[in-house]
Amino acid sequence: MENVMTAIRVVPLDHYLILSFLLFSIGMVGALVRRNIIIVIMCLELMLNSVNLLLVAFSAYHSDPGGQIMVFFIMLVAAAEVTVGLAILVLLKRNTDSVDMNQLNRLKW
Amino acid sequence: MLYLFYFFAAISVIAALVVVSAKSPINSVIALVVCFLSIAAHYILLNAQFLAMVHVIVYTGAIMVLMLFVIMLLNMNTVVEVRKPVVTRILAVVTGGLFFLVLLAATRSGLSTPVPADFDPGIGLVKRIGMSLFQEFLVPFELSSVLFLSAMAGAMMLAKKDGTANVNLPPSSEPNDSRA
Amino acid sequence: MVKTDLLALLVPALPLLGAIIIGFGRRRLKGNTAGMLGTAMVALGFVASLLLFLGHDGETHIVHLFSWIHVGAMDIPFAFQINALSLWMMLIVTGIGTLIHLYSIGYMHDDPRMATFFAQLNLFSFSMLLLVMGANFLVTFIGWEGVGLCSYLLIGFWYTTPEFNYAGRKAFVMNRIGDIGMVLAMALMFYQFGTLNYVDVMKQGGMMATGNPLIVTATLLLFLGATGKSAQLPLLTWLPDAMAGPTPVSALIHAATMVTAGIFLVVRSSVLFQLAPYTQDIILWVGVATALFGATVGLFQNDIKKVLAYSTVSQLGYMFAALGVGAYSAGMFHVTTHAFFKALLFLGAGSVIHALGGEQDIRKMGGLKGVTKTTYMTFLIATLAIAGIPPLSGFFSKDGILASTFAESPLAYGVLVFAAMLTAFYMFRLLFLTFFGTYRGKAHPHESPKVMTVPLMVLAVLSAIGGALNIPHIFGGHDWLKTFLGTAADGIGMEHLELSANTEWMLMALSTTLVVLTIWYTWTLFGKKTTLDGDTADMPFLKRLIAKRWMLDELYASLFEKPYGWISKHFFSIGEKKVAVPLTVGTGKAALGLGEWLRKVQTGNTSFYLFGMMAGVVILLIITYFGG
Repeated sequence: MENVMTAIRVVPLDHYLILSFLLFSIGMVGALVRRNIIIVIMCLELMLNSVNLLLVAFSAYHSDPGGQIMVFFIMLVAAAEVTVGLAILVLLKRNTDSVDMNQLNRLKW
Repeated sequence: MLYLFYFFAAISVIAALVVVSAKSPINSVIALVVCFLSIAAHYILLNAQFLAMVHVIVYTGAIMVLMLFVIMLLNMNTVVEVRKPVVTRILAVVTGGLFFLVLLAATRSGLSTPVPADFDPGIGLVKRIGMSLFQEFLVPFELSSVLFLSAMAGAMMLAKKDGTANVNLPPSSEPNDSRA
Repeated sequence: MVKTDLLALLVPALPLLGAIIIGFGRRRLKGNTAGMLGTAMVALGFVASLLLFLGHDGETHIVHLFSWIHVGAMDIPFAFQINALSLWMMLIVTGIGTLIHLYSIGYMHDDPRMATFFAQLNLFSFSMLLLVMGANFLVTFIGWEGVGLCSYLLIGFWYTTPEFNYAGRKAFVMNRIGDIGMVLAMALMFYQFGTLNYVDVMKQGGMMATGNPLIVTATLLLFLGATGKSAQLPLLTWLPDAMAGPTPVSALIHAATMVTAGIFLVVRSSVLFQLAPYTQDIILWVGVATALFGATVGLFQNDIKKVLAYSTVSQLGYMFAALGVGAYSAGMFHVTTHAFFKALLFLGAGSVIHALGGEQDIRKMGGLKGVTKTTYMTFLIATLAIAGIPPLSGFFSKDGILASTFAESPLAYGVLVFAAMLTAFYMFRLLFLTFFGTYRGKAHPHESPKVMTVPLMVLAVLSAIGGALNIPHIFGGHDWLKTFLGTAADGIGMEHLELSANTEWMLMALSTTLVVLTIWYTWTLFGKKTTLDGDTADMPFLKRLIAKRWMLDELYASLFEKPYGWISKHFFSIGEKKVAVPLTVGTGKAALGLGEWLRKVQTGNTSFYLFGMMAGVVILLIITYFGG
């Protein structure tokens, strides 16, 4: 316990902020740069996790359990989303025989 | 403690960069697993023990495994992904960088760190989380089961092979169009 | 009193009901049924008016129907005013209306749109009753507009002929020009008095000084409205053209009722007019000029209805002259007698036209007095009345006007006497050419059916004995109408006539003698006519000018219609084609073009959408945090 308290006292909140922002930005760049759908989904997960990290940091610093509950639910939703997303990916592969994101371009004007 | 933080933070960032830039999807998956594990370590540093465990079990153990499974299923490790044009990639990086900088600048205007003496050391323990979950947040908790049910049903229905003929569409126009 | 309220409500409500029923059922009702229904409605209205008249106690009753306009300080109720003046006009409208409705059953029996005709006649009766019964200027104005509308509908009743439509349109437009005056007058009065109720306006007006500029302006504007409605100079050219409508229409609307609306309005507002001597002078001279104008033009007309139309114009001029010298009851008396004999003249003309199968040119008539005996007798009585031969009604009413005018302005009197001689001339010319001599036409004349001749006879009786209504003192009478109307709290009793009895006798003798001489002269010219008159081309200049109706129509055409048409045409070619259309169509095209251009954003490319989202988020963040 004491170590934990010390740890929390030592690392300022700003550091967690920067780390979270960094991870989020990296995830965003990845989502824009890559064409493989699986990679894009993984970058999405990365972004979600950065937010989770930030929420837990705030929760610990403000002694509010609400943040951790929220993270819990975010994880739930992420799990469900990945399930359905991958199912769609399988369908896509079956239909167009490729996992390139640019193959999904029929819904244009 | 500070150094532990920096160590795990470095691991997270490097792993994230590998995810984004690796050629093979398998490499990306492995890097992501490493990233998640480091984040779990962060959780432990913040005394969010329950969440750290859940994170490892759900994210790393289930979700990543699922992704790996799908990659293997679809033989994606043999597919060579076409790169996007340089312009697009530079633009993407610029956007991301800009985003990061804006967020950073926005938080420069003071973030008051509360006095550590008010901390409740029990936050993050299973008991505390359990109390919150089953008292304040009972309804979302129960509704999440409905969410999972729908996700499962959806996934199964989507991925089922139906008896009718496959609509095998040829890969459509211009793989090389701009701004892709 | 409940009974008064109920009766007062019935009088206009019945014709309205008739109009609605006949109007909606015009395809299902047979013509005769519609005719009888319409006549019954107006007849019942007459009975109700009669009951009200007999039970009238000399006080003004306001029958309040509902609170109509109530905005801030403006409170205008929908109410009727029952006093002597309203009752008198109601009797005229419903009484003569009934006779004309009855007559129309016979006259229009061949027409396929007979039911529509009666619906429109009933609607007209309703509007006219609203006009005379209104308790404030605005209700009167509704009736005013309504009769204008019905006049348009009825003039252009046979709409398949384009000229008739133009005539109806001309009537409506000229009426409208007058209506501007009325609306402005109402606005002025509301501004000054804060109310439009007659009772209140007259009470407040009575306390103001003579010559108040606002009152003078308001009365001038009211007179402008009256000019449009009652066909005075300069807004009179619509009335002769209005003869395009069926003859009963001319009888009802353009002889007895609508054209008297202007006179009614002035008499209603007599309190205000008494305070504006300037306006009264104008009214007098406009009336005199119109009387002369109508009389001169009537001399050379060859259409039986046009002669009567110009005669109406002339007689209306007489009435306005009476108003101009403040002799309001004399004017109303002439309205009454004129309603009798002019309606009779028109209906008689209609009977002649019907007898000859549609012929209206008097040069092609003649010698009908042996064939259409009833028509001839009644027409003769009416002609004698309008010429002013004692003891018929026309003599008393015209003499009343002449006497009052002499008291004010002998010059005006002189012109009016001259016009009276001209009146006698052209009316007897009409009579002789139509009924005397030998028949010059080609049709087979026959007498009209009873349903048409009975109203003629009733009106003939009224024209003959109608003078009894207002016999002046010098004959031993009691000036009944003048006293009766004087009870109307609107101040009609403010007239004073200071003429010695001798002067009155002398004036009467003078006018009668001149008229008799004129009739004898006309007899020598036209009594035994067997051939047609000469062509207008070889007449001296003055005669030709008068024959062309003083070129008034042509003047208006070049002064107003041509420039207006020119402006319209240019507005169309420039304003419409080059400005309005590109503006509106162009806006639409621009919207479409913008849409075409914008839809290219939807490339279908998922990466592009992702990028858009991210870029949008970044921009939003920048704006939020750094935009201030």
